[in-house]
Amino acid sequence: MHVTLHVWRQAGPGAPGTMETYDAPDISEEMSFLEMLDVVNERLNSQGREPIAFEHDCREGICGSCGMMINGQAHGPERGTATCQLHMRKFADGEHIYIEPWRAKAFPVLRDLVVDRSAFDKIVEAGGYITAPTGAAPDANLTLIPKDVADAAMDAAACIACGACVAACPNSAAQLFTSAKVNHLNLLPQGQSERYQRVLGMVDAMEEFFGSCTNHGECQEACPKEISIDFIAYMNRDYVRAQLKNRKLLSQD
Amino acid sequence: MIGELTGNVPTGPLADAWTQHKFDMKLVAPNNRRKFDVIIVGSGLAGASAAATLGEQGYNVKVFTYHDSPRRAHSIAAQGGINAAKNYKSDGDSVQRLFYDTVKGGDFRSREANVHRLAEVSVDIIDQMVAQGVPFAREYGGLLDNRSFGGAQVSRTFYARGQTGQQLLLGAYQQMMKQVQLGTVELHTRSEMLDLVVKDDRACGIIVRDLVTGAVTRHSAHAVLLCTGGYGNVFYLSTNAMYSNASATWRAHRRGALFANPCFTQIHPTCIPASDDFQSKLTLMSESLRNDGRIWVPTDADDTRSPDQIPEAERDYFLERKYPSFGNLVPRDVASRNAKAVVDEGRGVGPLKNGVYLDFAAAIERVGVHVIKERYDNLFQMYERITDEDPYKVPMRIYPAVHYTMGGLWVDYHLMSNVPGLFVLGEANFSDHGANRLGASALMQGLADGYFVISYTLANYLADLLGTPAVPVDDPVFAHAQATVDDQVKRFLSIGGTQSVDHYHRELGKIMWDYCGMARNRTGLEKALSEIPALREEFWKNVRVLGDGPMNQSLERAGRVADFFELGELMVRDALEREESCGGHFREESQTPDGEALRDDHRFAHVSAWESGGPGGTPTLHREPLTFDNVHLTQRSYK
Amino acid sequence: MATTMDRTGAEPVHPRPTRRAPWPVEFYRSGVGKKWVMAITGLLLMGFVFFHSIGNLKVYLGAEDFNHYGEFLREILVPILPRTIFLWLMRLGLIAAFAFHIHAAWSLTRMNQRANADGYQQSRDWQAATAASRSMRWTGVVVALFVVFHLFDLTWGTANPDYVRGDGYRNLVASFSRTPVAIFYLLANAALVIHLFHGAWSLFQSLGLNNPRWNAWRKHFAIAFAALIGVMNLSFPLAVMTGLVSADDNDACTKRGDVIERCTEYEEAHP
Repeated sequence: MHVTLHVWRQAGPGAPGTMETYDAPDISEEMSFLEMLDVVNERLNSQGREPIAFEHDCREGICGSCGMMINGQAHGPERGTATCQLHMRKFADGEHIYIEPWRAKAFPVLRDLVVDRSAFDKIVEAGGYITAPTGAAPDANLTLIPKDVADAAMDAAACIACGACVAACPNSAAQLFTSAKVNHLNLLPQGQSERYQRVLGMVDAMEEFFGSCTNHGECQEACPKEISIDFIAYMNRDYVRAQLKNRKLLSQD
Repeated sequence: MIGELTGNVPTGPLADAWTQHKFDMKLVAPNNRRKFDVIIVGSGLAGASAAATLGEQGYNVKVFTYHDSPRRAHSIAAQGGINAAKNYKSDGDSVQRLFYDTVKGGDFRSREANVHRLAEVSVDIIDQMVAQGVPFAREYGGLLDNRSFGGAQVSRTFYARGQTGQQLLLGAYQQMMKQVQLGTVELHTRSEMLDLVVKDDRACGIIVRDLVTGAVTRHSAHAVLLCTGGYGNVFYLSTNAMYSNASATWRAHRRGALFANPCFTQIHPTCIPASDDFQSKLTLMSESLRNDGRIWVPTDADDTRSPDQIPEAERDYFLERKYPSFGNLVPRDVASRNAKAVVDEGRGVGPLKNGVYLDFAAAIERVGVHVIKERYDNLFQMYERITDEDPYKVPMRIYPAVHYTMGGLWVDYHLMSNVPGLFVLGEANFSDHGANRLGASALMQGLADGYFVISYTLANYLADLLGTPAVPVDDPVFAHAQATVDDQVKRFLSIGGTQSVDHYHRELGKIMWDYCGMARNRTGLEKALSEIPALREEFWKNVRVLGDGPMNQSLERAGRVADFFELGELMVRDALEREESCGGHFREESQTPDGEALRDDHRFAHVSAWESGGPGGTPTLHREPLTFDNVHLTQRSYK
Repeated sequence: MATTMDRTGAEPVHPRPTRRAPWPVEFYRSGVGKKWVMAITGLLLMGFVFFHSIGNLKVYLGAEDFNHYGEFLREILVPILPRTIFLWLMRLGLIAAFAFHIHAAWSLTRMNQRANADGYQQSRDWQAATAASRSMRWTGVVVALFVVFHLFDLTWGTANPDYVRGDGYRNLVASFSRTPVAIFYLLANAALVIHLFHGAWSLFQSLGLNNPRWNAWRKHFAIAFAALIGVMNLSFPLAVMTGLVSADDNDACTKRGDVIERCTEYEEAHP
């Protein structure tokens, strides 16, 4: 197949960027989207032109490195699929494909399609853990965890921190990411001691960098792991409770 | 000059060895720990767990990762699970049994004491990770669920859906991020280690390139921990992540660290075959599929009918035919080699005739489509996403792919390499899996090293250095190492050839796969030994690395591929030298009349540890003999 | 925070004040808190809209019922409270709700603008966002402007030349007899319906009211509520414009031309 790419090129952080057009003939439908970019880069390289910088690593949808805006959709047109698992057969022969980096103030572009997502790590630093120093753990079966709870925590924990939720959000909000991280731990019995402190810390850190949620639901559609916006509601509830809770009575619930 | 290699293995009864040894080792008092700087390279399971633990204990830790976030390390991609001798199912598991299974599974090429320690601490790992909030699968009663894995006769594998590696890594990462927030761990993302600095035969720091700014910086410490994973990407096509590379370990090797058993690579039988020449990596499908799928190819190599048109009589269920008792559930290496054999006969299936069928039709008929859906639906969906074929209707096509590397930098019982102060953890070391790793044991080893071994053995090393400041970064050894790095960068940018880095990587991968892949023989290996240097020479003359900015992905890859060339050559050399078949290493010259792997314990019950011969030089082989006092050496058979 | 990088990463777009404030202020400072306030005030305003519309349905029973209802509102809690005091308390509550709703909306919008980088070059292919969710601030502005006009028109009468204090029925008919006003009313209420369509669902999320058992009903509720308000409110001008409701139905008042000449009911109430 033959496609035409319109790709955002930007030399470095803060440098001006522009959409550039590349002709991409002889593309196989079996290729993944990133393999198509590999081929385009190979051709650019042989013409002595700088290849397009983009991030990718595991190419099986779990590391969260890849991610780009493809034709106005985060990770492209296939639902529940990261860019690396998107295949060219989802595009039509002769199609024009627009590729842009994630855009948000918190995700400055480093080069071409590569953005800096370290703000996510800052949110995790602010409380996205359970304090359990090495060696201090009780037996794993000491705490019973109902299957539904473990499953819900796992649903939240499936987040790969790719940033698609932020990129897809008209407000550049990171609610889906933060709520997934918060709820992974807040739903579990092990996470209860730090539950309210965690949600306060993480939401406050989030709001330093990102916008607010207006419940469009775009994030949920863009999420390659199909994480539900239900978690945003749970996070909101925990945040309000955290503001009011007398923490001295925490173990009386 | 390196003398005789000893593993620093404690003496005395194996079952108490680690406990006694922990008591015998020296300690660093809490108030003295802050006087020690520790560098950790890599933030996967081993690196993150070590960083968290050492940070909690009070050391000054610096973590370096080339990813944008520590959470992206390739540990995240592990699917199946993690083994632990918890015996929650009361089905006869024990530390002793996990120890035995691991030594036997490794085809008797690992150190008994290391493996026993691994089995002991496996129990603590599960406790630790549950406390960290890892949402392992639960039964309805709320207790942890287990499944069996890879031929083990007990259920000892803990899992979190098909994302166990991800969940464990997030646990360790989060624990580390708490230390980052507290200031005990300093995190350097997008920072690639490009050289090890050694002074007076001790590791004293690293040289790092910032992948965003291009700045090359020096970092000094009392000890350096390499937790940088395996080298499967030497084959170009593997199930490893695209960035996975061997540069950290290889450059440490060039600075004197021994590289052990490089030819021990593991092939995973159930991966999706390549679809075209532009294939960039291979995707693994969980081994559990072999529980219900039947593997076959057409009897006639020229059969071009679609699989549903081929009658039973014209199908060859080759595993069931050759191994009636284990059938489709033979171990990874046996399944892989047999698939390769039928594809080499020209009986492969698919457009490129490069796979075999894994057929679920019989299972669907037997238990119903809903049961199959319950068991494998996410895998089937993933398969369909990649191939556009519905495995409920059309048989899957699978083919083996490189998956894990058992070899790595040589370490002693303390996980310290022969360069004092240089420790190697996780897949990066050669340690515990011998010649073949059991399923669900990689995660176990990474976390064992990082959580429960290194903090003891590192203290033992550092205790003697109390009062010694770290080597200052303006020392000439640092300047020299940095110059080496700078020179290489300049050299790449000035070659101005015509071919891309990927082109050479692909070519190298082909040589490695053809001659040093699933089955190896002297002729092929000797051929590889002449082709690799020739290709490497061409690479250094004709590679084209463009660069107008500090962030330069081609430049990053060029350095990694340059190291793969040297490592690939050493792998071939090692494979050539080891004239036996064991685990992942199959020498066609050494097989039983039935075509099974034939070990030669008399000549090869040792670790092959290679010393770098320097640029253009020939490496020197050192042998660490392996003794087996607690297990009986047997020949594997799966008939 | 201790993450060390020599390069500049993302800078906070909303740095937090270093001094912690008392909890209600601290809560309202956060985006999540503001959304909670928006949801609570939104609920209050929804309640107002609902009962306002229900009350106005009395227009179909004729002037007497309608004006009687108006008088009832002034009489609530009499004699515990003097006349109109309770009404004023409700009005104050409404004013506060409006004020918080608008202030929170405004400052969240500012927050989002600061967090947004330059937009995408290629237009977005929206998957879940609806015209309603994406136009909240505009429908909100239209509704707010309408409310102001509505007060001038039917509460104070300054924007209604035919206004007669106390005869709500006549005022309503007079107001909607002017086509531009009726059209503005129709448009504004269409905006209100769109605003409610998203807001009446969104508030559940903002308040953290989420349960798989009834999650689907949140959307159904929003649709039903918006539709109900729409049917009621849009019916009033249409009824006047089609003549279904007209000033002649009010026997207590006589009219010459378009001008109300005498209104006994009002006169009796205020001799």
